[in-house]
Amino acid sequence: MNITRRRMLVLLPAAAVAWKYVLAGTPEASPNYDMAEHWWAMLIDITKCIGCGSCVRGCQLENHVPDGYFRTWVERYHVEDWEMEYPKVDSPDGGKNGFPVAKETGGKNFFVPKLCNHCADSPCTQVCPVGATFVTPDGVVLVDQKYCLGCRYCVQACPYGCRFINPTTLTANKCTLCYHRITKGLTTACCEVCPTGARQLANLKDPKDPIHEFLRTHSVQVLKPHLATGSKCFYYGLDGSVR
Amino acid sequence: MQIPVQGFMYPNEVELQWSVLIVLYPFLTGLVAGAFILASLERVFRVEEVKPTYRLALLTALAFLLVAPLPLQLHLGHPERSFEMYLTPHRSSAMAMFGFVYLWYLLAVLVLEIWLDYRRDIVVMAQSTTGWRRLLYHILTLGSTNISPRSLEIDERAGWLITVIGIPSAFLLHGYVGFIFGSVKANPWWSSPLMPVVFLFSAMVSGIAVVMLLYMLSSSLRREPIDMRCVDTVAKYLFYTFVIDFSLEMLDLVHRIYEADESFRSLDFMVHTRMYFSQVVLQIFIGTLLPITLLGLTQVLKLSPVIRKQIYVLSGCLTLVGIFAMRWNVVIGGQLFSKSFLGYTTYKMGIVAREGLLTAIVLSVLPLVFLWVLVKLLPPWPKQNSGALPDATPAH
Repeated sequence: MNITRRRMLVLLPAAAVAWKYVLAGTPEASPNYDMAEHWWAMLIDITKCIGCGSCVRGCQLENHVPDGYFRTWVERYHVEDWEMEYPKVDSPDGGKNGFPVAKETGGKNFFVPKLCNHCADSPCTQVCPVGATFVTPDGVVLVDQKYCLGCRYCVQACPYGCRFINPTTLTANKCTLCYHRITKGLTTACCEVCPTGARQLANLKDPKDPIHEFLRTHSVQVLKPHLATGSKCFYYGLDGSVR
Repeated sequence: MQIPVQGFMYPNEVELQWSVLIVLYPFLTGLVAGAFILASLERVFRVEEVKPTYRLALLTALAFLLVAPLPLQLHLGHPERSFEMYLTPHRSSAMAMFGFVYLWYLLAVLVLEIWLDYRRDIVVMAQSTTGWRRLLYHILTLGSTNISPRSLEIDERAGWLITVIGIPSAFLLHGYVGFIFGSVKANPWWSSPLMPVVFLFSAMVSGIAVVMLLYMLSSSLRREPIDMRCVDTVAKYLFYTFVIDFSLEMLDLVHRIYEADESFRSLDFMVHTRMYFSQVVLQIFIGTLLPITLLGLTQVLKLSPVIRKQIYVLSGCLTLVGIFAMRWNVVIGGQLFSKSFLGYTTYKMGIVAREGLLTAIVLSVLPLVFLWVLVKLLPPWPKQNSGALPDATPAH
């Protein structure tokens, strides 16, 4: 095909438009980000969570999470008196649209935001037959979507119910701690939209990060500590009834 | 499709991850390991009574082993990437290592043992048949056509050695399947060090039962008398293995009840409600206690051969139902409750679906089709019965 001047004039704008889409499929470079200087964690202050569901909506929009599946969700607990083993829990549509007025009276009600705990000794990465899911050097558990077999072993191995199979890609999917954002110096989408600051992204390797002061001066807990997963989601105000 | 949920499930837990195909997979693998262990009784432990089942047991093991990976492949979201398990295995993954155990067992143990055992027959058939069969048998000889007494003696010794290696390999094959479940600490229904042992013994039970049934069925199809000495011995081994298997399962149950940890109340509720039929009725009563009682009767009472045969057929079928129910209860049961121990979901099996009932039925029948082809190609019985194998008798 001869490229005439006229053809060139037609092709160039089209190529310019297409180039944007080529770049969109390429991960953005993060020249100033040093993995070795980060060890990501999250602090969740249950006493501040109001169950508005903004975090769930923010996450779904940011990460294109399919309907009916959740990278993060909010649970509402109702515990009456001393029967901590029988809490009443609900999470309608993952708490995405908030919660209806509680039917139960008496006892205590509170909200518990959940997400991948980005465990240091994560059972999900241990079982992956091809190593498609892995812990990054900066402490985030990710899934290589081009490598995952979709065997679902990791979904079974996660004690917290944080993984699902994306019905479109048929691969394992989960919270990435908004890796595409945090490596650019931004916070996660859920932390960004939380109106009360109940979620705080933290870098445990940064001595100036306020989380260190918080952990030194408050009683915090992780979920299912007996499973020794090295969870990096620290909860303040976590009730013993929470599973 | 709305899935009925009772109580509270983590939102991603509502949909079951492992379907009936994953139930089928340990069931088929168990039959392989069990059939091989039965075959090894004759070869290594010189239990002469079970000799008529030896070759049939090996071919049965091969037929089921060839089909065993199919339910896994059909279940994978990306089956085209499954070879990555061999190219870049993740060494800490039980599932990745299982791929190598499977390959080892298929190629280094089962195929090699069958080839060595049949080599003489293959050479004879390559000379006595015509057309495509002749070509096929020529290929199957792999160029090794020496059937001198010395050569056959070497075959025999090598076969014996492979069987000796094969026994721990068969133990490894199915014990490992149990480990895949037993090592999931997130799931208290699975997480148990007894799981590999229970899987192994249940594999032996199902494998012995299936070979016993296939031997009786093939004998009646060939209008040959059933060797009662053989089936009596096989049934005796089935009985003893089943008693050990049931004792192990009960040990696990009693341990759970007595320990009554945080998961117990939830699991107990599940067993008494949505799993009552599959666990209590089908697995424990119909599929375990009834066949054990029936087989036990044949050990203590002097029954006529006709009655014994009927009991063996009935208890063999019930055993297979019981072991399948056991696999179902492990795989499906382990996903019906929430890891929060606060709720339960439901398994809705599709009928005509990739992981549905129809696929499961086809995959269950397929090993029998494979076995039929294998039996036609490599007749496991002596010449006078098949009429197709001149001078062909087992090499040992």
